[in-house]
Parts: sequence; structure tokens; C-alpha cells
Amino acid sequence: MLKYDVVVIGGGPAGLAAAIEAKNDGVDNILVIERDKELGGILQQCIHNGFGLHVFKEELTGPEYAERFIEELKSMNIEYKINTMVLSLTEDKTVHAINPKDGYMTIQARAVILAMGCRERTAGAINIPGTRPSGVFTAGTAQRYINMDGYMVGKRVVILGSGDIGLIMARRLTLEGAKVLAVVELMPFSGGLTRNIVQCLDDYNIPLYLNHTVINVKGNHRLEGVTIAKVDDKKRPIPGTEIDYDCDTLLLSIGLIPENELTAGAGAEIDLRTSGPVVNESMETTVEGVFACGNVVHVHDLVDFVTEESKRAGRSVAKYIKNQLSNNRTGFETKGLEGVSYIVPQKVNIDNVDKNLELFLRVSKVYNHVKLVIKADQETVKEIKKRHLAPGEMEHIILAKALLEDKNFKNLTVEVKEED
Amino acid sequence: MYDIVIIGAGVAGGFIARELSKYQLKVLIVDRQNDIGNETTAANSAIIHAGYDAPADYLKGKFNASGNAMFDIICEELDVPFKRIGSLVIGFNEEDRCTIQKLYDNGLKNNVPDMRIIERDEILRMEPNINENVCCALYAPTAGIIGPWELAIASVENAMDNGVELQLETEVVGITKVNNGYIINTNRGEIKTRLIINCAGVYADKINNMVAEPYFSIKSRKGNYYVLDKGVNLVDHVIFQCPTDKGKGILVTPTVHGNILIGPDSEFVDDKDSTATNADNLSFVRETALISLKAIPFNKVIRSFAGLRANSNINDFIIEEAKGAKGFINVAGFESPGLSSIPSVAKYVVEMIENMIGGLKHKDNFNPRRRKVICFNSLSEKEKGELIKKYPMYGNVICRCETVTEAEIVDAIHRNGGARSVKAVKKRTRAGFGRCQGGFCGPRVVEILARELDKDWTEIPYDSSKAYILTEETKNNQQDRKQ
Repeated sequence: MLKYDVVVIGGGPAGLAAAIEAKNDGVDNILVIERDKELGGILQQCIHNGFGLHVFKEELTGPEYAERFIEELKSMNIEYKINTMVLSLTEDKTVHAINPKDGYMTIQARAVILAMGCRERTAGAINIPGTRPSGVFTAGTAQRYINMDGYMVGKRVVILGSGDIGLIMARRLTLEGAKVLAVVELMPFSGGLTRNIVQCLDDYNIPLYLNHTVINVKGNHRLEGVTIAKVDDKKRPIPGTEIDYDCDTLLLSIGLIPENELTAGAGAEIDLRTSGPVVNESMETTVEGVFACGNVVHVHDLVDFVTEESKRAGRSVAKYIKNQLSNNRTGFETKGLEGVSYIVPQKVNIDNVDKNLELFLRVSKVYNHVKLVIKADQETVKEIKKRHLAPGEMEHIILAKALLEDKNFKNLTVEVKEED
Repeated sequence: MYDIVIIGAGVAGGFIARELSKYQLKVLIVDRQNDIGNETTAANSAIIHAGYDAPADYLKGKFNASGNAMFDIICEELDVPFKRIGSLVIGFNEEDRCTIQKLYDNGLKNNVPDMRIIERDEILRMEPNINENVCCALYAPTAGIIGPWELAIASVENAMDNGVELQLETEVVGITKVNNGYIINTNRGEIKTRLIINCAGVYADKINNMVAEPYFSIKSRKGNYYVLDKGVNLVDHVIFQCPTDKGKGILVTPTVHGNILIGPDSEFVDDKDSTATNADNLSFVRETALISLKAIPFNKVIRSFAGLRANSNINDFIIEEAKGAKGFINVAGFESPGLSSIPSVAKYVVEMIENMIGGLKHKDNFNPRRRKVICFNSLSEKEKGELIKKYPMYGNVICRCETVTEAEIVDAIHRNGGARSVKAVKKRTRAGFGRCQGGFCGPRVVEILARELDKDWTEIPYDSSKAYILTEETKNNQQDRKQ
């Protein structure tokens, strides 16, 4: 049996940053396991720029951003295995993994960092009526074909969902000579970043239909067309609003789902709101010594935030290995109230917070001129004015430790309130 | 000159071919599709019925229970997933109880073994998620679940191992009667044969009418289904509702691969090929299924699909020499319980052929067993380790959701009747069947197919040869690769 202090599952931005930070903080014996043929994760197929504005104060492409971490990891002699699939993780932190070279490996870790990222929601999950032809791709799969494998997926394209990958792909396909006919969004707002709507749709005159969805898929072999329609406030298609498109390709950018089969298998509690594990301030799951960071915990908008969160996880793991993490489990829990769809972390042990407690959350709809009210049980501890809040943009709240310590409370709540 | 040409490589044609491969006959299967079992065989309830449904004087009633009894040996020989999990027809009132009693009595006439009518407490002990208003049920322990296309694929492969030929993407466009047999005209030229077996599914009437009196018709009866993700422990048996004037109800069943299947509704469609799902029909399936159970986690749906049943105008199988066409055998109207009946029907067809041409001789070297399909995911830790040591390709996981390895995909391509499309790989290995529905593994499967078949990526279809996936290389393919 192989033995490591820390096994990091996933060699994308989250796993890389966590491993590097743990090493920086004195953990020597680390193994990063990556299932793909190279480190870097999904960044490797994100060849557009815009990565790194927060972390490096410059605009990098996805592969460039990844490369900085990969170089650092290699220069620090952190061990990693590519083409390696983790089959299971047990509660006692035994990792079962395979690859063609090493065969079946049973690895005992003192701590594990989960950094498996997320996967895309598929057509099956939203049950688009019609036939099942080829030419229906999730946006990320199309991105992989185009950017990694060098093949085009179609010529006339409709995109369902206005998540960031869908928007980026609208531009990418246009630059590759395809005609993007429309981006169709079920919600009254886009799930993507504003900058992507401007730079990827507006700049190329690609129409965005809000409150619309695809109601039919045609073609017995390759996709031949789709029908879209406007939806009412209950998301039901409104008869008479149908628009038919002749197209050979339908791209789906309808959401990302944290990939937590291993997490659940290890017995960690899953938060149904985030679809990720319940974590505490140290990014530790409900299984002691199993930490998680990045999109496996909750889906982030920017890789920069993934990096920051993962560094925190890396530092916590180092403390855990050195027995410096307080395991006083009687902290408080965070709860999203009116207008808040989730908060990470879900549990807080204030002893492990340095100076500030950072909360990450998403709102459930678009708000203008409101405030976020944070309460410790009934007592308001902070109010933050917000000109604009949207579900597509993750909110970040910093609370000074001083505001929270020496108080005895069970729930830290956040809600959206009209400005006075 | 062939002794026998079978038109249609579905579960009927495939299994009959396997039965015929036991004899010294020159047999060819043709199919218009590019894969075995790609039409009605690929989209149905995947159930081996016990056999209490159809009237005893119907062929459906005659062949079902006897076919059912043969599946243990067949699936062992052909290495096809099969589980005899039993079925329940559940009733909620006295009218249902009457129906259940009738089904039971009919089952006795059809020689269905071990049936019992059971009461509420026992039902809820067996199936705690069933609607608590249930009052009684017909329990038929011999009912089972199977991989239907796996059965067709395995049957054809085993038939080919024993000398049968397969010609795919071959569409029959005409049939001419000649001395001592027939000439079949196809898009790929003429085929001469003594006998023809028509297993053409929803097109069996069209094929029949090419050479025989048009004495029956086949309509496509469509059914919509939902598939739930693995790990939803909803039911352990096949759960049927009582048939009423309004229809046969919606069934809920586990699949052999651990998913839950819910469906089908029933609607006659004019377009014989249409397998489009429909929002209204899917909501009907959803609402009707909820009568059986306390709750169904529809947020765990990973796919919906529709399949066709080849329904004959007499509502029964048509298994006979066609009127006015000697040596032309119809196996038509083969809707449910066709899959359940096929072992018995195949034996019957061989008897018909023996009566027609006489003197069938057994092959000395017939091998009933198909080479085992290694399913990496179901092996023990030790077996996995040993296998990778021997064949490193088993250490390369391609489909993450179902843990399907490269070696399994390569094997599926190179067996007799091997995979030529992404869907064909999916049907054989389950790569792409999981919750990500091929999002991660799709490009890798295309890559492996292209490599193993020595083709360009753009030549690899998703399903039929017209269902292309990729159009061309990107403008700056080379440049991209460097980045």
C-alpha cells in the first residue's frame, strides 16, 4: 500500500493550488492524481483570455494560467500521476486508483483534498422533446472537440443556456466560421458574466432570447432544426411564440454540477443547494481529514476565486497534518434566507479563522439597490449595500473575526433586503 | 446462393440466426442499419414477461412462458445481463382485483409457474415505496429484466462465430421469386437465397408485400420512457399497473444495469421511423407512474427516449410461411412479448424450416458460448489489478460515469459484428450511458473508433452513417495543437 500525507484528487486549478499551498506550508509527502493526459483540468481547453485578473493582475489564457501552477508544482517536486482514475475513496482516507502503468493502487492518505471539479448538465436532465440526433453537444464537449482535438462540430448553431461556456463558445464558433443563430435562455436573465455577454454576443450581433427555451429537436440522423418558444412565468412554452431554426448543431450551456460521486462514497454530507459537500471554514468536509475546494464544492464564475479558495484548503490541510487545526466542532452554521440560494462554507469553527471569515454566496434572482443583511441569530452584525446582484455573479462577503468571536449563536444568516 | 437470408438484425432476426447456426446451413443476416439491434430492439421496456397477459389461443400466449423459461441458460451461454427479479401487477380496488384474478387464471392456462395473488402487507414488505393504497397484486416470480440489445448483439456475434454472415447498411428494395428461391435486391446488389425469414420489425409488412399477398399490416406504436440515474433505490421488481379500458398503465422497473426505467405510453404514429419524444406524452408517463409509487425522484432523470412497437393488425405475432410465397417466412408483429418469446419462437421457426426443406444436420463444432465480455467495473480489486498488469489498456478509464476502460471499447470494436459508431460502443460497453451522457467520453470514444478502424475522426458517426458528429478540422488546427 502506498502512503502519502496528502492525496489531492484532481489536477485542475483547484488541486494544483491546494497542493502547492500545502507544500509551501510544510507538507512534504503529497500526491496529485489527475485522470486526464495532462495537468491543468478544463483550463487546458479554455484558450480564450480573461483568466488571472485577480490572482496575477494580468489577462492570461486558460492554458497559460494553468501552466504557471504546473511549473510551480513541478519545480517544487510535488509528485503527480496523470492518466490515473480514482475509483473510490473510503472514509478512512484510502484512495483506490488505476492507471495503465502502475495498475491498481491502494493509497493510504492522512488527509485528502477533493478537487474533481464539475460536469455539465445534459439534454437528458432537461428532457428536450423530439428526436435524439447527433449534433447536440454540451458546450464544454464542443469546446474540447474544437480547442483540444481540432475538429469543428457544425455550421449553423443554436445555443441553449447562457452560461459562460455557452457564451464563450458562441464567439469561438463564429471565429471558426460557423453561424451562431441565437442564444436561448430560459430565465429572465443570463447565467453568464456581463463581460461575456458584451464580448461574445453583442460584439458579433448574436441575438440573446431571454425567457425562451427549445421545445423541439428535429432530425432522425443529424440535427436538422430546433423550435424555440417564449415561456410564461411558470416556464411553460407560450403557444404562438414559436421560432423555427434550421441548424445542424445545438449547444447546451445549461449549468454545471459539482462531481461528487467519490465524496458521497466517502460518506461526506452533500449540500443539496450546491450539490457539493458541506464544508467548514477550513474547507473540510464532514469526514475528518477530507477537504474539498474549487468547483467540486460549488460552481465558481472565475478561476481566480477557485485558486484563492483552494489555497485556503491547502493551508488548512497543512495545519491538519501538523495537528494545528482546532477540531472543536461546536461552531455555528451559515444559512441563506430570503434571496440567497446558498452559502459556502456551511459550518464555521471560529477558532480556525485567522482575521476574517469569508463567505461565498449566490442570490436566487436579479436585484437592484438592495442590501445584504448578515445576522448572528437575531442580531444584525453587518449590512452591505449592493447596487446590483445577479445569480450569475458569485458574491463574496468578508466578516472580521472580531465581529463574531465571543458571541454565542447558532446560525449566521444572510438575506437580501430592500434598501431603507 | 444462401440457404437462408434473414432480413432484420434485431432480437428476432439475431436470435433466429443463432438458432440456425447450430445447423449446416449457409445463413446471411441483412439490416439497413449500421448496427445490430438498432431499432425496436434498442428502445423497449427490457422485460422478460412471465406470460400471463396474452390469451392462450394467441401466439403471444403460446410462446411467452416457454420462452421465458429458456433465458437462464441462453444468457449464461451468451453472457448477456439477465435477472429474474419477478413482477407485480398492482391493484387499488375491487375492479383491479377482478382483473388480477383474470390475469392469474390466464397465466395458469399459459403455464406460467409459481404465480401468487398477494395482499397489501406482503406487497409493502416487498416494495416499501409502493403507494400505500395498494390492495393486492399478482406476483410472478419468473418475470425478469434483460439487456435487450445486448441479447441481439450477443446472438449475432455467436451466430457469426458459428459461421453466419452479417451484412449491415443493406436495405432490401425488392424481392423476386425465382426457381428454388428468391433474389433479394438491395442497395448493395443482389442476394440469392432458398429461404427468407422476414424479421423486419415495423417494416415487416412492406417486406412481405414485395413478394407475397399483402395479408397483414404493421403499425408503429410509440412509447415514451424516462431513465433515472443509478443509485435511485426505488423498486426491486417490475411494477405494472392493472390494464384498464384506458390502457395498460405505466410500468416502473429496475434495469439490469441499475437504473430505473419508467414508461411507456402508447400512441400509434404514422411515421414508422419516428422515435421523437413528446412533452405531453412524457408528462402522461410521469403522472401515471406516480399512481404506483409514493414518490419518484424525477430530478434524477438522465434521459428520456421513445421506442416503437411493431403492432400487427391482428394484435398477435405472425409467424408463418407467407400466403402465396413458398419459403418466405414472416416473423412479424413481434411487439411485446416478442423479446420474452424469442427463444421459443426461434425453435418453432427451425421446425418450420425442417418441415419445408427437411434433413437439417447439426454442426459438429457448434459453440454455444460467446467469448466472455469483461466488464472491468464489476471485477474485484485483485482481478482488476491482474488484468491491468496483463493488458495495460484496462488501466485507462474512458467513461468515468460507468468506469469503462479503453480495452473494453477496443474489444467491442473488434468482436464479430463489432461497433462502428459511438452509439454502438455505448450499447456494448455502456460508455456514455451514465449521468454525463457521453460529455466526457464522447471525444475519446470517437478517437478510439477512428484509430481502431483506421478512419478520420469526421468519419465516425454517432449512430447511423448520416449521423455525423464532426464536420471538418478547425481552421487553425495545427496552431491550436501547439497551444
